[in-house]
Amino acid sequence: MMAAVIFVFSTAALLQFFISYCRSLIAASSKQVLSAEVKDVTGIQRIASGDDFKRVMQLLQLCPERPEDRNSVQAIGAYFSLLSFLRATLARLVPPMRAWTESERGHCAYFAAVALERRISFSRDMLAQQMDA
Amino acid sequence: MLGAFEYVVWILGALLELTVVVCSIAKGSFRRYLAINVYMLAASFVNIVRFKILFTYGFRSSEYGYFYYYSDLLLTIGLYFALIGLYSYVFEEMGAEQYVRFGALLLLLGTAGFSFAIVQQSSSRIMGHFVLDSRIMGHLVLEASQNLYFVGLVLTYVLWGAMLKLRETRTRLIQLVLALGLYFSVFAASYALRNLSTSLNGVWPYLIPISGCLLPLAWAYAFWRIPEDARIVPSRLAVVPR
Repeated sequence: MMAAVIFVFSTAALLQFFISYCRSLIAASSKQVLSAEVKDVTGIQRIASGDDFKRVMQLLQLCPERPEDRNSVQAIGAYFSLLSFLRATLARLVPPMRAWTESERGHCAYFAAVALERRISFSRDMLAQQMDA
Repeated sequence: MLGAFEYVVWILGALLELTVVVCSIAKGSFRRYLAINVYMLAASFVNIVRFKILFTYGFRSSEYGYFYYYSDLLLTIGLYFALIGLYSYVFEEMGAEQYVRFGALLLLLGTAGFSFAIVQQSSSRIMGHFVLDSRIMGHLVLEASQNLYFVGLVLTYVLWGAMLKLRETRTRLIQLVLALGLYFSVFAASYALRNLSTSLNGVWPYLIPISGCLLPLAWAYAFWRIPEDARIVPSRLAVVPR
């Protein structure tokens, strides 16, 4: 009985901590303004939509990986999957949840676009270093 | 017997623990987050001793089993002290660190006393039947670990609630606390699930080491990537909008 109570409470807390942790990762990138180049490539002008996420992730995978952002991109990918799952299941029963999941999915897409911007400038720096050498 | 996967994850975890300390020193935060760094050093040391015992006595030996679970208990208590340190940072501007330390120490002693009472009661029951089975002792240690992780989770949850209430804005501190909350909840849920069902014994050797890598990974990220003066709006992080 005790183990069952602990399991239920821990799982609920795990979900809350995971959502807050992912939001703290996203919040750091939400202040960054995208360059005109990345806006053109991703099609994100000011506010991103959840549907942009998949496309931006595909672009992200084309760029050389930066070791610093690998884990955060994976965490946000998992968060996006969780949001998509909630959108397809619970949000159908609770309409306000649909707007919330959509807004969060948009933030995930914006985070991915910021990561793309960083990877592009990282690739440019690498290329410049090679040219100098 | 452990396979290549288990060894790789184990070594990775030990390296990540050392990485936290290195990142913290490199960013000049070693003394500020002393309890966290001491915990990471202790965890690395325990990993080295576990390797030694594993190679000397073997994976199925009682020596390894006892050392694994008892060192795990001690490390959890060490993590309590890291958590108390985080409480102190949150309440430092209110000048309430002394009360926090005293309260946390009382709670720790209370939890230790409670766990001891459970173990003593169960042991006397077992001794009454003249059976001191290592399986039952293992179950008791599992139960004590589950309780300790759960108390850690509750304490972290309370701290996170206080941070939201006090509108704590320090990004690094927020990420350190959230990562600790994730760690405690994964472990409390895993131990509870293991107590509930023995059919998960096959998953257990994979789940725990992978989960164990999450905390040093997230803490290393927080020390390396988040500057001490970075700020965030905490109400945006709450699951329920405030």
